[in-house]
Amino acid sequence: MKPIYVLVLLTFLFNSCEKKDCFVDFDPVTVTVKFTHNWDGTPINQNDFDNFKFTTENGELISIELLRYVVSNVTIGQINKKYQLINVGENTGTEIVLNQVPQGNNFVKFRFGFADVDNLDGVYQDLNSSSFNVPMMMGGGYHYMQFDGKYKDINNQNANFNYHTIRAVNMSNPMNLILEDTSFEVEIGAFEFSKNTTIEIKMNVAEWFKNPNLWDLKVLNTVLMPNFNAQKMMNENGKNVFSLGKI
Amino acid sequence: MTKNWVFLSLVFLLMNCSSKEEEIYTPVAYNLEIPSLFAQKLIAPIIPSNNLLTQEGVALGKKLFFEKLLSADGTQSCATCHNPQNAFSDRNQFSKGIDGNQGFRNAMPLFNLAWNFDELFNWDGSEFSLENQAFEPVRNPIEMHETWKNVAEKLQNHPQYPTLFKKAFETSTIDSVLITKAIAQFERTLISGNSKFDRFLRGETSLTPEEENGFNVFMDEARGDCFHCHGSNNNPLWTDNLFHNNGLDKTFTDLGLGAKTGDPKDNGKFKSPSIRNLAFTAPYMHDGRFATLEEVINHYSEGLQFSPTIDPLMKKVSQGGVQLSAKDKAALKAFLLSLSDVEFINNLAFKNP
Repeated sequence: MKPIYVLVLLTFLFNSCEKKDCFVDFDPVTVTVKFTHNWDGTPINQNDFDNFKFTTENGELISIELLRYVVSNVTIGQINKKYQLINVGENTGTEIVLNQVPQGNNFVKFRFGFADVDNLDGVYQDLNSSSFNVPMMMGGGYHYMQFDGKYKDINNQNANFNYHTIRAVNMSNPMNLILEDTSFEVEIGAFEFSKNTTIEIKMNVAEWFKNPNLWDLKVLNTVLMPNFNAQKMMNENGKNVFSLGKI
Repeated sequence: MTKNWVFLSLVFLLMNCSSKEEEIYTPVAYNLEIPSLFAQKLIAPIIPSNNLLTQEGVALGKKLFFEKLLSADGTQSCATCHNPQNAFSDRNQFSKGIDGNQGFRNAMPLFNLAWNFDELFNWDGSEFSLENQAFEPVRNPIEMHETWKNVAEKLQNHPQYPTLFKKAFETSTIDSVLITKAIAQFERTLISGNSKFDRFLRGETSLTPEEENGFNVFMDEARGDCFHCHGSNNNPLWTDNLFHNNGLDKTFTDLGLGAKTGDPKDNGKFKSPSIRNLAFTAPYMHDGRFATLEEVINHYSEGLQFSPTIDPLMKKVSQGGVQLSAKDKAALKAFLLSLSDVEFINNLAFKNP
């Protein structure tokens, strides 16, 4: 075929189709990362708060009264949201919208809490305003999660728990704190994006008490922030908390 | 005859000019003086777009805040129960209204209200927005016991107010909406951010060892653990502005937030007050049950009462609380008093004009 005919044919093809139907449509898309919460598959919503209705793997009946946490570096390919506070009880922050995501294959990941490089004391005004800080005597920066509630103790009496996750800190020498980054990255996987999409990320709250460390609330209930080993255990359990939901 | 026409024409023109001048008067924007720590640490204050601060609006609001015509018998103003010397609170456990009737809650102090991000006011969060809050005391039968219609009429017939409203809101027709808007504007200017502890954070002074230890008690999860609800060096409001049951009672005579929401899960919950200016705001708690800071600290240390809605942040409830040592209690008190802002209570801009 002569080059002139090829050119005419290509011109005809480009001009004859609607933009949205054509292979030349490379407009970026919007991806919404939606966090949902469940207890071993049973959805948790605002109405479930403040009621004794969940049982931990260790057999303690608990109520959830506050559950809020930070995810950072929410990343799809090269597009990134620095951080967001998710408050389950208030149903705020659960959706993170990332615009201008290029079509094609993109890897999805985020971090639970802040990596040390981002866990800077007092720099995030919205988190300060929400009183999400960690005292400097414990290394400063921010909570990763505040999870408060009640459990039934050995006498079947209500008792409080504060499952607060932060950067682990050994305070045995207050002048020389030993800190360990206990935030962790959650890799969701690679996905092909060709249109606006919502990705559900599921948090199974029960996992915080389950695996690999069976959590005994009668032993580990409050004042967990300065408990280095407890923070390490939370970190280990947290790695089993998130999973991919619907797309 | 011609002269008369010229004279009349001039008079007409002058009158026309004068009325046009009034019509085009535009209030001057008021720039809120935001303390450097607030600007650095906090998100922007809440200023509603339909009630932007103006110099004329703030001045009018201040005059109205101290105006006794707002009460039925002309004996009480907002400042009667919100005294500037007490950080705009009342030293009495319960304020008395014009008929001598007592309320059942302690008057809340007023400062840094523009940083109440959820805009829920009163101990029980019963009012959304400062403007709405200002409606209530005037018509409350145990407070000012007046009607807004009467208040508007009294102010309308006052020699000064119609002009002041004209300057602030471009109308001399006075009504309850404009009155509460002006009061809310003034209230948003009540900013307290220059205590000794603020100056310490700005590097302008140092704390005593006892104050420093008290701050550590406040921030230590294993001792005071106050910071989860009452702010920190990174939240200079010193309150989360949220509602908690802090273990005052086993059973409730006042449901607090629960009475507003109708949800039993909210029973016994009240707003965390700021711990700024405690030197001036006794008595303490929603019902003013504690006369001294020692009583407050003892409550959290040994006096907690269990109830179904007690906040999970109240630790060691079965033992009565966090069991602070006498030394830690004294230090905590010293730190709390370092948050007293003497400049605020003596600020002439907030005093009776």
